[in-house]
Amino acid sequence: MLTIEHATKRFLAGTAEELLALDGVSLDLAAGDFVTVIGSNGAGKSTLLKAIAGLVELDEGKIVLEGRDVTSWPDHRRAALIGRIAQDPHEGTCAAMTIAENLALAARRGGARRLTRAVTPDLAIRFRASLAELGLGLEHRLDTRVAFLSGGQRQALTLLMATLARPRLLLLDEHLANLDPRTAVQVMANTERLVAAGRLTTVMVTHDMAQAIRVGNRLIMLHQGRIVFTASGPEKAALTVASLVDKFHAASGERLADDRVLLTR
Amino acid sequence: MQLLSILSNSVEQASLYAFLALGVLITFRFFRFPDLTAEGSYPLGGAVAATLLVNGINPFASTVAAMLAGAVAGMATALIHTRLRVNNIISGIIVMTALYSVNLTVMGRPNVSLLASRSVFDDFARTVGLAEGAGATILLAAVLVVAGSAVLFWFMRTELGLAVRATGENEPMIRSLGVDTAWTKVVGLAISNAAIALSGALVAQDNGFADIGMGIGILVTGAAAVMIGESLFGDGSIVRWIAAVLVGVLVYELLVVVALRVGLDPTDLKLITAALLLATLSLPRFRLRFLGRR
Repeated sequence: MLTIEHATKRFLAGTAEELLALDGVSLDLAAGDFVTVIGSNGAGKSTLLKAIAGLVELDEGKIVLEGRDVTSWPDHRRAALIGRIAQDPHEGTCAAMTIAENLALAARRGGARRLTRAVTPDLAIRFRASLAELGLGLEHRLDTRVAFLSGGQRQALTLLMATLARPRLLLLDEHLANLDPRTAVQVMANTERLVAAGRLTTVMVTHDMAQAIRVGNRLIMLHQGRIVFTASGPEKAALTVASLVDKFHAASGERLADDRVLLTR
Repeated sequence: MQLLSILSNSVEQASLYAFLALGVLITFRFFRFPDLTAEGSYPLGGAVAATLLVNGINPFASTVAAMLAGAVAGMATALIHTRLRVNNIISGIIVMTALYSVNLTVMGRPNVSLLASRSVFDDFARTVGLAEGAGATILLAAVLVVAGSAVLFWFMRTELGLAVRATGENEPMIRSLGVDTAWTKVVGLAISNAAIALSGALVAQDNGFADIGMGIGILVTGAAAVMIGESLFGDGSIVRWIAAVLVGVLVYELLVVVALRVGLDPTDLKLITAALLLATLSLPRFRLRFLGRR
């Protein structure tokens, strides 16, 4: 479904600060896979997701999505197939537009933008139903501008927007990191529900190791731009946070000065 | 009586400049950059309309042609910005500069008189059976402004219009939903500069001439109108934006007409414009300080 071959990315190449963010990463996802990605800061997690989304251009390697080599596709073209949510709730929505208008923008993902009314009555009904399922009461606020929503509400809306048009692939780049714990639980529950409902192939970066173990059917650990550990199925389910930390030490061949870097965010 | 003439004079000017303000609203507020293409597309509108009119072309067709020319100018700026990756302000400056020569070439001389030609306003007056003059001018301009505002309002709520607005507000977001923002920028700048060129075409026909220098400082005029309206109405929905701009341009023209009536010379006009813009920008700050909020 998604094949990444030898993805390599250097930042600030040729300078003293040269950083090898991705060092020959290869990954093969089957349709319906839900992969969680963990690793310390600077491991290349975010770069990997951005490379898949087309926001970061690879120096070497290839990205094949559903049999199509998308390596040279610009980000907006890949977006027809890929939904992505970033950490910052402000990134995924338009504050000056209403909830309905934001959803209408998302409903036409990958399609031509026509000279017809964006928020039709039919769409509004559909939006209300989807919003109701979020359980945040947003279904009554279709014409409220997003600027008036809290960070959690905005991120829940972004989640809905990312999944509304059933993308082939969903990329979650620490999408809970800026939310308070209670809201994060709520948004995560919605994430799992929407992923299951749409049978979406999903890649989720998280700092929460327990969550990385609990959610999804596959797990990969990145370190210094390389995949250093992978687990799937029962093997993944049997992991514990402590065993993951050991894996990390073994795989990276070093002890972190402070394990909290890995354990918390 | 003087009050009435000040008012009618302001309304007449405001209805002609409304399209300029609406065009500037699109770039200045929705796209968030001062598009200097306006300084070229406004006189381009005047030049194209005037040249066609003196060659006996139908006034309505001439005015539409002026709009299309403005749209092309806007597209040029957008393409330079998106395809050649030139900064948006610089792209506008490049096109503005190039248009100066284009406008001269179109007119063949720095000033074209329209006194011997029929204008859209004359044609309109004849069609509806009004006397030619300020009344007919205001009526036609008002009809055009209402129609133009309605079209803009409708457009901004279409799928394409929403994408254009989102391009200005949150470009990474709209790209992540599969929109090629190079295209939406072309659309936005084309509409903006078509409106601005229409304004130039109408003003030229009302004044009875097109002049190579008619665009100087025009962006500031548009921006002042936008910001005066904003300070009175605040921002918000599209209806509110459009209403704010229309009120803003009226207030602006009122201030200009009054300034001229109290004895300021027309040569001081740009100074007045600049002062008005400065006042609009700085007054809220003083008010806040006075209230002790800042």
